[in-house]
Amino acid sequence: MREHRNHAAGLAVEATGLVKTFETVRAVDGVDLEVHQGQVLGVLGPNGAGKTTMLKMLATLLPIDGGSARVFGVDVAANPHQVRQMVGVTGQYASVDENLTGWENLVLFGRLLGLSHVQARSTADELLSSFGLTSAAGRQIKAFSGGMRRRLDLAASLIRRPPLIFLDEPTTGLDPRTRGQMWETIRALVRDGATVLLTTQYLDEADQLADRIAVIDRGAKVAEGTPDELKTNVGNSTLHVRLEDRERTAEAAALVARVLGEEPVLTPEAGGLNIALPDANRAADVLIAMREAKLGISTASVRQPTLDEVFLALTGHHSDRDDAEAAGGLR
Amino acid sequence: MAASLTQTVPARPLAARPTMRETLQQTAAMAWRALLKMRRNPEQFFDVTLQPLLFTAMFTYIFGGAVAGSARSYLPIIIPGILAQTTLTACMATGIQLREDMDKGVFDRFKSLPIARIAPLAGPAIADLLRYGIAATLTILVGFAMGYRPGGGLAGVLGGWALTVAAGWSLAWVFTWLGTIARSAQAVQGISMMFMFPLTFLSNAFVPTQTMPGWLQAFVKVNPVSQVIYACRDLMNDGRLTPHVGWAALGCAVVVAVFAPLAVRSYARKM
Repeated sequence: MREHRNHAAGLAVEATGLVKTFETVRAVDGVDLEVHQGQVLGVLGPNGAGKTTMLKMLATLLPIDGGSARVFGVDVAANPHQVRQMVGVTGQYASVDENLTGWENLVLFGRLLGLSHVQARSTADELLSSFGLTSAAGRQIKAFSGGMRRRLDLAASLIRRPPLIFLDEPTTGLDPRTRGQMWETIRALVRDGATVLLTTQYLDEADQLADRIAVIDRGAKVAEGTPDELKTNVGNSTLHVRLEDRERTAEAAALVARVLGEEPVLTPEAGGLNIALPDANRAADVLIAMREAKLGISTASVRQPTLDEVFLALTGHHSDRDDAEAAGGLR
Repeated sequence: MAASLTQTVPARPLAARPTMRETLQQTAAMAWRALLKMRRNPEQFFDVTLQPLLFTAMFTYIFGGAVAGSARSYLPIIIPGILAQTTLTACMATGIQLREDMDKGVFDRFKSLPIARIAPLAGPAIADLLRYGIAATLTILVGFAMGYRPGGGLAGVLGGWALTVAAGWSLAWVFTWLGTIARSAQAVQGISMMFMFPLTFLSNAFVPTQTMPGWLQAFVKVNPVSQVIYACRDLMNDGRLTPHVGWAALGCAVVVAVFAPLAVRSYARKM
């Protein structure tokens, strides 16, 4: 018991049995989460899985319908004002004022957080330069690009140097270069000692940033572990092969099963095989075996498992569901 | 990246709730935001500039002859009436604006910040004093231009002006509350109209009340807008501090005392 309490003292977030119900839909259905101080927890799941709803409950933006949550030991439902003093929230859609300039936004939030006029201005200037936004300081947010908005949004969350940062899909909709910059920024925050809880739809993002990943589906946690643990569930990487002669698909599948000891997954397009590899090096074994069997290949590629493959392996169903209820549950 | 942007552990102790001083600073910051927005969207001033110009001239020439014998002798009756009407319309916009604002992402941030829940409501309300001030000033100026010569002198006119602006600020809490409970800006507009029309037209704003049926007179008498108009007439036309002024001030205070807490409660619960 004593040990347990010591353990809990090192937790930035501790949630047990979180529940959120929207009318008849249980958008979040009994989720347990723990984030250790200084760690990054990635909450991975498809659209409508309940990630945003869960984050909003932890950030005091939505009332908690069931279960409990503590942030640095403070109960979220009982002391929201205290929790708000420790948390910076960056939303999925930029939560800054469209009509104000970048600088005015940061000064406004600084003043709201109790900084003096002078402090609010100097903090705004410092943050704008840290985030490479100095040249856009006097522009209204309306004229900002998607990447600039996200950066300003993140800057606005850091005015009071919060020890815990919630990031809701920080790179959704960003181009690859801006995405890389955002990742760098998040890594720098973690190096400074911040604790981060981020939601994402991308396995590679969780892989890049998170110490631990919780996979969420239909409001429930279906798996949790380090990125490596999760990936071994689905094979470290996937070899995708497309045959020249689609008639020989079954023959190729049997060959793969012989080489790796496991059946490949046939892709929807004819003549395609997705082969989960325990180790990327085994791709060569498969390809050599195919050459020897004179199986012509039109394309071959080795890649990381996609979120959908992780999902399929963990839940037995695909992640892209046309579920109107689930989509409604996102809000 | 510059020096550390975050802390490792929370700075203790944490405040259980915002202090009065913090609340005032936060309200001032929100008022600053609202003023910046007004400067960027000058169309927000249409209602408080065009309406006084239009309505004062229109109502004076339409009703003047019938009610008071001539447009000029109607002015002392109608100017305080239009004052109340234009500020009431202006405060209706407060609720609609707030509702529109609350749907934007920035309100998520306001909710996530450790700030007093009244600040996002009270800030715009304070900035709107500017709009009420413009509406009241223009109405009085148009009155002057049409020949209104208030008997209460400068002090009386200033008193009437101040009372109108204060009444606008107080009644705006009704619409702020509507803004926090309605589902959309259109809904706020619709419901606000239902409040506004009885409040302005079932009052003494345009005609003497003696010709109204008894039951209507009873409503007109308790309508806080009527009290504000009586008080404005007493101040501006006679320069006298009558009991009407006291009743008007009390009525405004009651409206704030009831609707401000209701608005804050429903805003805080909406999260």
